[in-house]
Amino acid sequence: MVPTTHFLGLAAFLFAIGFAGVLVKKNAIIVFMCIELMLNAANLTFLAFARQQATMSGHAIAFFVIAVAAAEAAVGLAIVMAVFRSRATVAVDEVEVLRDA
Amino acid sequence: MGNTAETVLFWVFAIPLMASAAGVLAARSPVHAAMSLVSAFFWLAGIYVLLTAHLLAFVQIIVYAGAIMVLFLFVVMLLSLTDAELGLEKITALKVVGIVASAGILGLLVTAVLQGAPSGARPVPADFGTVRAVGKILFTQYLLPIEATSVLLLVAIVGAVVVAKEKI
Repeated sequence: MVPTTHFLGLAAFLFAIGFAGVLVKKNAIIVFMCIELMLNAANLTFLAFARQQATMSGHAIAFFVIAVAAAEAAVGLAIVMAVFRSRATVAVDEVEVLRDA
Repeated sequence: MGNTAETVLFWVFAIPLMASAAGVLAARSPVHAAMSLVSAFFWLAGIYVLLTAHLLAFVQIIVYAGAIMVLFLFVVMLLSLTDAELGLEKITALKVVGIVASAGILGLLVTAVLQGAPSGARPVPADFGTVRAVGKILFTQYLLPIEATSVLLLVAIVGAVVVAKEKI
């Protein structure tokens, strides 16, 4: 089998891409997509260790991560729609009511 | 399957996966980003099959590439952003800091992975990662978490309706 290190390195790359997107992108929808990428990187790590240790627990956790990601996407996108309705923008740096000065 | 064949397959899935993930970052329009993300999810499902996680690979395609991405595209369609609203991605000092920070995260994670490199994998039973095996562990050892997940999904449904609806 392919060494576990390969899968972990791939997961690290996916997480870094998602992290960069969350920090850099302006569009809230793309920021959400990058969060999904980070969750997928976590899933890949769980499954890689599950395969290495030959235990099924990682599969159960990955299943829960997918369920939480679905819930997060539903609520998050609803918030994006509510923000767009009230201020006609989805740019994360233009929603600044709670920002200090 | 031989080791060489598995390594070749790993790179066959990994290289397009990394390219599509980078595509999400590079895309200016949300639709292009969503398409890149769908492609990334499909390649990742291939990686899951290599890890003998067959059920999770199919759940990945059905839930992520199917349901979640349709939700994303629906929102993109409902918002119908114009080019002016999308705006130009300006390169500010803060963004450069963000890129440097994520490169640092990548370096940190890769160093950690290389230092704690796990030894070879154990052999797995024949039913590893199948519907039967995952279902059995979900409804015995993880019974309470899976019931809690159903409540979480219910809360998410109600929450999404309450937040997104103009008048209730």
